[in-house]
Amino acid sequence: MIYDVVIIGGGPGGLSAAIYASRSGLKTLLIEKNTYGGQVTMAAAIDNYPGFGAGISGFDLAVKLENQAKGFGAELICEEVVDIKYSYDYLLKKVITTESSYETKTVIIAAGRRVKEMNIPGESKFMGRGVSFCATCDAPFYKDKDILVVGGGDSAVQEAVYLSKFAKSVTVVHRRNELRAAKTLQKEMGLCRNISVIYDTVVKEILGKSSIEKVTVTNIKTNENKNLNVSGVFVFIGLIPNTSFLSNVILDEVKYVVTDENMNTSIPGIFACGDIRKKQLRQIVTAASDGAQAAISARYYIETARIS
Amino acid sequence: MNGEISQIVVEIGESDFSQEVLLSDKLVLVDFWADWCGPCKMLGPVIEELANEYKGVVKVVKINTDKNSSLSSKFQITSIPCLIFFKNGVAVRKIVGFKPKSDIKKIIESIL
Repeated sequence: MIYDVVIIGGGPGGLSAAIYASRSGLKTLLIEKNTYGGQVTMAAAIDNYPGFGAGISGFDLAVKLENQAKGFGAELICEEVVDIKYSYDYLLKKVITTESSYETKTVIIAAGRRVKEMNIPGESKFMGRGVSFCATCDAPFYKDKDILVVGGGDSAVQEAVYLSKFAKSVTVVHRRNELRAAKTLQKEMGLCRNISVIYDTVVKEILGKSSIEKVTVTNIKTNENKNLNVSGVFVFIGLIPNTSFLSNVILDEVKYVVTDENMNTSIPGIFACGDIRKKQLRQIVTAASDGAQAAISARYYIETARIS
Repeated sequence: MNGEISQIVVEIGESDFSQEVLLSDKLVLVDFWADWCGPCKMLGPVIEELANEYKGVVKVVKINTDKNSSLSSKFQITSIPCLIFFKNGVAVRKIVGFKPKSDIKKIIESIL
């Protein structure tokens, strides 16, 4: 079996590519290693995606996209891709997963990004047991508890506000002397009485026996250490592209895939779309747009390379 | 068909936890979930498929964390979906977060 297009990643970019590819008649396989929807499933409410002004949960949007792609005939499977094999004299590519391999005329890389970890002692020990990267997933377990939020960007502030509705207190720790988050979000946070912010500070260690008991933080200007008694640590210090499995295509200096405006990567027949691309705005709407373009570019490549 | 499959995974709570889980002579897979948890809803069908595939070998039950907070705190659940495997009344393995079916199968095979 030879696919017309194999899409790696089932977030909004990959699913949009699957919708456009299968709808235009291409034999389409989408491979997702975890949950369809990707990062989107973590969002409690999305209110800036066109057509959903009243807001839609990330989970609901993901299910809609998944069903839409399946409805047009795309095949969706859950496996982890480890490599893409190709050669210049052989037009077919091979997508290798931990379970199997798939031959295809074109590949669309839509593997997105993942949350960045702090890489400090105690973080991996308490992963899923007090250390969280998703407020909407885990907030209800911290009812009337004291928690720490790490980061100063939009998501850190947004999630701190969300968590404050459950927790007794939320302490935001940020390494700079001012927050990077949008002013409207900061204003919203200012109205929450149980949120406090500590600036110029980083988390040094998470301590506890079977659950988190305290966290040591360091003021980077004075080098002073302080212990905070919290039972949960929510980390929102940014995202990094999932490009480590890519050995062939050209990446930029911070490991994002470089493409042209038609989603072509440095290798003919391999395209990229969504958050994994080097670009300015990473939103659901831009991922969807990229996905549509990548699918149509893939179709154009198949037609012009005469491998149909 | 769907109704038939979903009956395999029984919803249990604090009152019947000992009887259904701790005293079971089979390997028991407990799926901790809640209504507000998106990934839990995605895992639900996977759990039902597994219950069907391992029928008679692995017992699969669901626990709603909102309704059974004492069980959630007893097993230190701070993130869901969370799957805990019980063998002879002892929690032998905990999986936090959504995992593809193949990953869960590998874990089942390793504990059986």
